[in-house]
Amino acid sequence: MFTIQNLVQPPTLAEAYSVLTSNKKSTVLGGCAFLKLGSKKIDTAIDLSKLSLNYIKELDDFIEIGAMTTFRDIETNPLLNKLFNGVVPQSVSKIIGVQFRQVVTVGASVYSKYGFSDLITALLALDTEVELYQAGRMPLQTFLDGSYPRDILTKIFIAKNERQACYHDLRNSASDFPILNVAVSLLAGDWRIVVGARPTRATIALGASAQLAVGDFTPEKIEQVASLAATEVSFGSNISGSAEYRRAICPVLVKRAIMEVAQCK
Amino acid sequence: MNFVGKGIPKIDGITIATGKPVYTEDLAAADALVVKILRSPHAFAKIKAIDVSEAEKMPGVECVLTYQDVPNTRFAMSGQSYPEPSPYDRLILDQIVRYVGDEVAIVAAVDEKTALRALELIKVDYEVYEPVLDFEQAIGHQSVVHPEDDWFCNFDTGHDQDRNIVSTENLQIGDVEAELANCAVVVEETYYTQPQAHAMMETYRTFSYLDYTGRLVVVSSTQIPFHVRRQLSRALEIPASKIRVIKPRIGGGFGGKQTSVTEIFAAIVTLKTGKPAKIVYDRKETFCCSTSRHAMKIKVTMGADIEGYIRVIDIDGLSDTGAYGDHGSTVFGLVAEKTLPLYNKTKAIRFTGHAVYTNKMPGGALRGFGATQGTFAVESTVNKLAAELNIDPAEFRLKNLIKAGETCLYHGDEQLGSSTLHRCIEKGKEMIGWNEKYPSKEIGNGRVRAVGMAVTMQGSGIAGIDTASAEIRLNDRGSYTLLIGSTDMGTGSDTILAQMAADVLETTVDNIIVNAADTDISPFDPGSYASSTTYVTGMAVVKAAEDLTKQILQTGAKMLAVPVAEVEFDGQQVKTLAGDKIISLAKIAEVTLVGPDHRQLVGTASHGSPVSPPPFIAGFAEVEVDKLTGKVDLIDYVAVVDCGTVINPNLARIQVEGGIVQGIGYALYEDARFDKNGGVQTNSFMTYKIPSRKDVGNIRVAFEQSYEPTGPFGAKSIGEVVINTPAPAIAHAIYNAIGFRGTKLPITPEKVFMGINK
Amino acid sequence: MQITTTINNKPVTLTVTPDEMLADALRTQGYLSVKKGCDTSCCGLCTVWLDGKPTLSCNVLAFRAEGKQITTIEGVQQQATEFANVLVAEGAEQCGFCSPGFIMTVLAMKNELKNPSEQDIIHYLTGNLCRCTGYMGQLRAIKKYLGVA
Repeated sequence: MFTIQNLVQPPTLAEAYSVLTSNKKSTVLGGCAFLKLGSKKIDTAIDLSKLSLNYIKELDDFIEIGAMTTFRDIETNPLLNKLFNGVVPQSVSKIIGVQFRQVVTVGASVYSKYGFSDLITALLALDTEVELYQAGRMPLQTFLDGSYPRDILTKIFIAKNERQACYHDLRNSASDFPILNVAVSLLAGDWRIVVGARPTRATIALGASAQLAVGDFTPEKIEQVASLAATEVSFGSNISGSAEYRRAICPVLVKRAIMEVAQCK
Repeated sequence: MNFVGKGIPKIDGITIATGKPVYTEDLAAADALVVKILRSPHAFAKIKAIDVSEAEKMPGVECVLTYQDVPNTRFAMSGQSYPEPSPYDRLILDQIVRYVGDEVAIVAAVDEKTALRALELIKVDYEVYEPVLDFEQAIGHQSVVHPEDDWFCNFDTGHDQDRNIVSTENLQIGDVEAELANCAVVVEETYYTQPQAHAMMETYRTFSYLDYTGRLVVVSSTQIPFHVRRQLSRALEIPASKIRVIKPRIGGGFGGKQTSVTEIFAAIVTLKTGKPAKIVYDRKETFCCSTSRHAMKIKVTMGADIEGYIRVIDIDGLSDTGAYGDHGSTVFGLVAEKTLPLYNKTKAIRFTGHAVYTNKMPGGALRGFGATQGTFAVESTVNKLAAELNIDPAEFRLKNLIKAGETCLYHGDEQLGSSTLHRCIEKGKEMIGWNEKYPSKEIGNGRVRAVGMAVTMQGSGIAGIDTASAEIRLNDRGSYTLLIGSTDMGTGSDTILAQMAADVLETTVDNIIVNAADTDISPFDPGSYASSTTYVTGMAVVKAAEDLTKQILQTGAKMLAVPVAEVEFDGQQVKTLAGDKIISLAKIAEVTLVGPDHRQLVGTASHGSPVSPPPFIAGFAEVEVDKLTGKVDLIDYVAVVDCGTVINPNLARIQVEGGIVQGIGYALYEDARFDKNGGVQTNSFMTYKIPSRKDVGNIRVAFEQSYEPTGPFGAKSIGEVVINTPAPAIAHAIYNAIGFRGTKLPITPEKVFMGINK
Repeated sequence: MQITTTINNKPVTLTVTPDEMLADALRTQGYLSVKKGCDTSCCGLCTVWLDGKPTLSCNVLAFRAEGKQITTIEGVQQQATEFANVLVAEGAEQCGFCSPGFIMTVLAMKNELKNPSEQDIIHYLTGNLCRCTGYMGQLRAIKKYLGVA
């Protein structure tokens, strides 16, 4: 159980950021589900509840999602269920249960770059950007690969385009962490293959994605690309499965995802 | 009246479902001290020094106890009738700690936060020993888990303290080697079964206080109030007459609460401080610091003759009983006791092996109690032998299984009283579609569907030992009070016992007040475990009700001034056979309590059984295996059950469905895993996954009732037998799908995948 | 710190610590139906409604209930009993320890989903663990209660 000494509920992001940077032992509170697994002693907890960051907005070119939006909001959002073959709601829908998804937030999940994240895998397959209060707006991939000073993730943007995507995973039991998850997307000949829960965080299999875009789209080609994806990303072992097993099933999930996306019209 | 056989709702159903405060923690005094435990970070160590001064100084801390502050009489925490066969190898707190999570100090404070902070202030200096972590290396290991010279066991269980052996089995009937030589086909396989967590929803918890006479009252979520009273008396070195144990509603037990866990810690705080105290284990403590199903290694050798008769079953096992020996010898014994009697065409049987100590969380009682492990090993071997013989495994079993009226080598001349197991198999085959689906069918996209099966038996109570008592009082206005000491843990036993009493007394269930269980009030009962309540306590209730009925007849006849042979009782009134004289039950109740006889009518009875009649199940699994990933989806599970007469079909059915789902988890993913230091790694529902409702497919249950002549209304047990078939049946279905024999539980997708691609 | 909230339609002011979870605050207030089963936010026992939505009260910091409507099963006894009657008729409450959270989720589902299929029901309730019943009896009860074929 974590403990909190002091709580602040800043009225502006500027103040929240100032508290965060002035006190090393401060922590921004998201849905607190992950915090609850540990026994962190928080000196000052920063609660963003008063900043109206719980929303899903449709803009001209983007879907904008506030950091405090819950997974349940994502799951039930009509727009997100319509766009991208419903891949975003699909990716979060297996996580524990509705009452859990009612509390965990998009911002905390993405900012924490969790290896087991289902959401990040799906978001990476789309044209997603994140906005940090201080570091500004950047592609999700850039954020995941980079290392930034303590900051506050305020929102994410998903480009509103015709990208078709799907999400596959394998779990030991239905509500367990994924042993491996895969998202594949396609926009006008541009394929993207994402492999997550390796068990480290999701990454794009760039080589495989690029190869899929060139030449004929044949069953042999799909096999070959799927195998390539499994060789170009790395895998590790944890309680859910071994690196060897992950590497072995990666092509299977990738292939199934490619086939499914290919059938999306 | 006719309540037996009816699926009436549980008498406490609406209360518990709608959230009324009736569980242990709900009943604790608001000002009860909060008890927390400091636990060992080492698997095996000696406390060289322990400094609690800072913790004691903390405001709000009422009491800090170490091994220096507690009595030093060794005791066992297993819920078994005295003299129990488990070793007295525990102290409340010991200078030696024997597993990661073992108790080092007890802190009681005004609230949880204070207690937790105080724990952090205790300084302990350990001398760390080399732990025994691998149970296959335990015998003869240079470390001795229990070196103490006051270790004691009431029986010779074949223990050898210096070699870490808790018990030894060495049973042989017939000449195994000679008969094996005569067999046409012999198969052999070694199985590993994992520790399983009970994972009942209500974790371990106890609340205690001193009553107005200064006696210790312990309110606890337990299956064994009378055993807890005895254990506390020994451990605390106070007379049992100074202790009262009350069991309120329990949030699940599954055998976990057949071992006392938290009682002693609350009790000693109350004794030391004079104040109410409560202890509530969190989920991590429940996973890491209680008990689990014993992990085992079981080697089975089985031979059949050319006719397809099983002639030899040879079981050699090793059981990991962990740091303490509670239930160690008895759980291990059931590996053979509930498997060998099934196949009675044998000419030779053997059971050998040991239960051994290691420096890990102890094993304990868990639904199925060794039979579960044994059934997985033996039934998997039966399936393998059938395959070798090229005989349909269902036919193979029909040919080899014991029938009612027959004997088996294991039980000598004792005849099996009742069984419909052969009918269960036929019915199960029909329900699952065995003839169409066996063994498997490719359904495309890398997927195969297949079916598999297993059968099992359990017991009903412990033969010759379990003794339950029941008392039924006729109250002043003609209602009854049924007093029992068994412990309904959600199973509905209070309800079915009332159904039995109602039928004998020809009254309604709602005319009976059920009171259980309170050691000050209830008649003795060992508690609810070993599948004993319906069968043993049930018979005590029937006999007590018959005793009371007789008294009602006698009293009524006397009041009507006729011979007792000339009256009958219909539940409402006693009347002469001719019908000319009538006295109502209410009147009898009234008159007995005001005179002239001044005697309340009370029926009492005790019951024990010289036999433990087995309930049977034939279990059938249909799975879909993804050959490319190894993922197994359970599509359908059929269980056909012989539990004798079904007292309450709804409650029995739920018991079966629940047990099967627990067995499904055991088969496919439940696994208490240890890290390299010996600590339990799977310490939450995040890492120890029990089945969710998405994991269970369809489960269908049918009953093929037999009539057990020694049981109440012909009933046998149901509570444990239900968990045994899923692991071997699912393993069999997976084999039929892809040719891989899962011999190490749980059979995860990774194991299946590696098995296919070996 | 003090928060103003509404529990079962009753406006209340609660004194809570910054790290106090709603489940604990509710139990302290006497709402003992709220059970805790896991400490890691994944068993569903502590489910209450926050503004009508089923939420893990063990994973919501109590101060975040400020200005919200909290509903526990004590506040919907009539509806809960209607469903409980169907549930116990199936024998599917067993130990009952998971029942309050389970029933709160069932009632929330009834309010949220129109004509749910069996799959919808299973999906909605996946977060409610039960170790006793094996779920089948609960499903039978829900289908009877909702009139789902």
